[in-house]
Amino acid sequence: MPLMPYSGEWTRREARHLVRRTLFGARQEDISRALSLGLTASVDTLLSPRGTPPEPVAYVRAGGIHEGNRWSNAAYQAVEDSTLFAFFQTWWISLCLNQEFSIREKLTLFHANHFATAYSSVNDARYMYRQNVTLRAGCLGSVKDLATSMVTDLAMLRYLNGNVNTVSSPNENFARELLELFTIGKGPEAGHGDYTTYTEDDVKQFARVFTGWIDDDTMLKARFVQKEHDSGTKTLSHRFANRTITGGTTESEARLEVESAMNIIFDQETTARAIVRRLYRWFVDYVITDETESTVIIPLAQTLRERNYHVEPVLRELLTSQHFFDERLRGCMITTPFDHVLGLVRLFRPADLFPPDSRHTHWAYRTLRRSMATMGFDVFNPPNVAGLQAYHQAPAFHQMWVNSDTLQKRVKFSNDLISDGYMLDEAYEPSRIDVFAVTSWLTEPRNPHAVVVDVVAQLLTIELDEAQITALTALLSADGNTETWSRNWDAWLAEPNTETTRAPIELRLRALLKAVTSMAEYHVC
Amino acid sequence: MKRRSFLGSTATALSAPFFLHGLAVRAYGRSPVLDALVATPCEDRVLVLVQLQGGNDGLNTVIPLDQYSQYLTVRSEIAVAENDAVRLREDVGLHPAMTGMAELFTNGKLRIIQNVGYPVPNFSHFRSTDIWLTASDEDETVDSGWMGRYLERRFEGYPTGFPNATMPDPLAIHIGTSASFGLEGTRASMGMAFSDPSTYYNISNAGKPIGSSLGQRAQDELRHIRSVGTQIANFAAPVKEASLRANNKSPLYPEGNSNPLANQLRIVARLIAGGLRSKIYIVNQLGYDTHAYQATGGPGTPYPHGVLLAQLSEALTAFQDDLRLLGIEDKVLGMTFSEFGRRVVANGSAGTDHGAAAPMFFFGTTVEPGILGDNPVIPVDASPEDNVPMQYDFRSVYRSILTDWFCLPEATAREVLFREFSRVQIVRGSDVTSVFENLANPAWKVSISPQPVSTTAEITLVAPSGPITISIFDSTGRRLAVTQSEHGGGVFHMTLDVTALPSGRMTLNVAHSEGVVVHGFIVHK
Repeated sequence: MPLMPYSGEWTRREARHLVRRTLFGARQEDISRALSLGLTASVDTLLSPRGTPPEPVAYVRAGGIHEGNRWSNAAYQAVEDSTLFAFFQTWWISLCLNQEFSIREKLTLFHANHFATAYSSVNDARYMYRQNVTLRAGCLGSVKDLATSMVTDLAMLRYLNGNVNTVSSPNENFARELLELFTIGKGPEAGHGDYTTYTEDDVKQFARVFTGWIDDDTMLKARFVQKEHDSGTKTLSHRFANRTITGGTTESEARLEVESAMNIIFDQETTARAIVRRLYRWFVDYVITDETESTVIIPLAQTLRERNYHVEPVLRELLTSQHFFDERLRGCMITTPFDHVLGLVRLFRPADLFPPDSRHTHWAYRTLRRSMATMGFDVFNPPNVAGLQAYHQAPAFHQMWVNSDTLQKRVKFSNDLISDGYMLDEAYEPSRIDVFAVTSWLTEPRNPHAVVVDVVAQLLTIELDEAQITALTALLSADGNTETWSRNWDAWLAEPNTETTRAPIELRLRALLKAVTSMAEYHVC
Repeated sequence: MKRRSFLGSTATALSAPFFLHGLAVRAYGRSPVLDALVATPCEDRVLVLVQLQGGNDGLNTVIPLDQYSQYLTVRSEIAVAENDAVRLREDVGLHPAMTGMAELFTNGKLRIIQNVGYPVPNFSHFRSTDIWLTASDEDETVDSGWMGRYLERRFEGYPTGFPNATMPDPLAIHIGTSASFGLEGTRASMGMAFSDPSTYYNISNAGKPIGSSLGQRAQDELRHIRSVGTQIANFAAPVKEASLRANNKSPLYPEGNSNPLANQLRIVARLIAGGLRSKIYIVNQLGYDTHAYQATGGPGTPYPHGVLLAQLSEALTAFQDDLRLLGIEDKVLGMTFSEFGRRVVANGSAGTDHGAAAPMFFFGTTVEPGILGDNPVIPVDASPEDNVPMQYDFRSVYRSILTDWFCLPEATAREVLFREFSRVQIVRGSDVTSVFENLANPAWKVSISPQPVSTTAEITLVAPSGPITISIFDSTGRRLAVTQSEHGGGVFHMTLDVTALPSGRMTLNVAHSEGVVVHGFIVHK
């Protein structure tokens, strides 16, 4: 039975909720767009396929690669590779900051976390970029296809040692994580080496299926080495109904074996449920109650299987459901470091914030990347193959994002960007947002209470109590008198380019934004 | 004399031990009189945990030189050359990269406990890490950490009423961007994370009520964020002050960022010297998951194992030197641990796969110097599945630290660890007689006859009186059978019935409150 569609009213609140969960941050224009489109058309737009973004380039010269040139086909240069990886990260940040009204980047990042692969171990930026292209192109499509492509993905071949998995010395690393993390998941240990969903011997059998593929770093493709492939029959345990996979010798036969293996793994209801739970924890909530399991996870798993493991119909059903907009779940997601950093930057026109040329933008984006890393998210360098802890470490899950260290980093970041000055690049003065951009959010700018309500509505996903609004309103005038703000506002409107009329407005708006972004409420969405 | 199910009773003659080394450990340049007691009062003692993430290869860290030819046979591609190993004893060598730690050993500041693990190995990094951090049995999951449970007994009511005059500081500090799961209490998190204690930022409204109109789940998450905010408000200032109060003194720390572990320990030394009263510090070193190219580094393995061990050795040596120069050497006990060791046999990728038991290091002026436990047995015909079985349960280590270092009453230690575990000697003067000292007597002996065993065999044990636990492990390091018995002292005979056991190499493990002896035997049916 499909999920019950959402039938409540469609207001700014609902539009904001949808935008916050599918994009990085919620710009006023995105919320307005969702509001005017309505739920169905908004979700249609978010889920519509987009073109392929242009390739990353060298933002500064890196060895033999000149500034502005592409490098994804260039010969490997050990010394410069980490520079190329930095270009790749910059390119990713740029895609996120300039994202359209599309779920693509958040969903691609979901897959990158699901099929977690760390550059620190792959050591080839071209591989990392190519894997990301695969994930982005297939982000709305079949997870089964993505899992299949990971068998011969260059970065994955290296990361999980598929490239040394041979008939004479099988390496189980990829097969093990494919089962434990990427697909069916490990159940309770029912007996020696029996994890309910699969057994230790299944790991070995699947590892045999995946033998013979190496990463060719000159041709930049996976190459099949016939003599290293295990051509024997692979017999699975009773957990897979003792099914067998007939061995082959040629490359196309080996691919057929992979296809059979994936058919067997994805034939299991458990696999669909495991993947739906991952999606749910990425877009909705980490708490999965028994009720959620039976009314949301199982029905969506049904859809996932019926639609041949395509993600798009599942997300459509989820994002338009009553459950997604359930009042009990509003604001339950702790903002991720990427939402915190990229979301805040996106609210304030990155083009104004960052230096004009690509070289300095690259350095500035490096700084953003480092900021996110200090908050526990080092993009394309997950802590291990299980990906970010916030999505698998029970019972804390998303709460892993906020601890005594990272909360300080988060508040410092927003304080710096809003007011104290954020050091983007040593060549420049510290950057601060153009706080006057806030004035476009205001419906009654002379009324300080209304100013706070509008700013809070733009920055927060949940509502504040009147006492909190009052406390914030006091920040808008030095003497606490609401008329002071109105007088200052009038003076600035009359002479917008005079420093003495401009300064009080700027000072007060920065103080307000700093206070709102330092509230616990700002860190949930 | 009482017996349990798999053991029958009969008397038989003694035969010689199979592979035990009778060696006294007090052959170091320390005065037994001075060593009798650790002078630091219990309440001032500090524990520093070094987590080696990824599963450290114990056999290439502490090398069994008495079996060098077997070692070379099963690990030819990654073996340490016999003459390169740093000899601690005739039969035990450290990896050549660990000269600093070898010197600590010579100076009586390093203890090694061999073959620490748990009864049924789990080869998942995540699960095994959880087992180590929570001190759970391998077939149960626990939602709190062993250190968290200790700290909540030591500091009752925390966080209510804290900080206070007796504990003005965080109870435990994890140097990094997230606090270890091991510090989770049953009600609250007992530890804090700091990556740079010299700065702090707080959320602005930690104490204010949470809006009652919010969804239930949002309230849960806000409560978490605010409690972190309160923690920062209460504890970040003293941490910052402590970090500024003292300066590192050792010239042995490497310059720059070449050794991240050393940089973390540098902060720890400063905090302790600065007067912080925190009981536990945790630091981490990444990269031990050496599935391929272990000795040389290569795709998938950014740092060769030797480089990691060199960093470990350098970091611990500098830290210990710093503690000495800062005059706080006697307050600090250090310990390394990793989620598992690795397989006995190298894999086909010049690396090693996930294994079972491994050695642990304990460092400081207060450790009982020397080596506890036997060299792991390496059969020349070892199979790829073979593991080092545990000799000491990791919870025996925890128990000994809790009672002998933190002076926790035995009954409380039992609560923290859910049941009784026998002690092992880690802290000097803690009056646990080590098995080696007993063997040197020799008052402790175990033998099995006949060998190989086809139906039944006789176990003969010579040991002091008390309860004993007898376990049988197979060659993959998995416990197949366990029984407990009361021993009245003197010679103890048991009949071992192997009809329920498979054929193969086995290890008999006899644990007594005063030590553990292991003995190999073969079942051949």
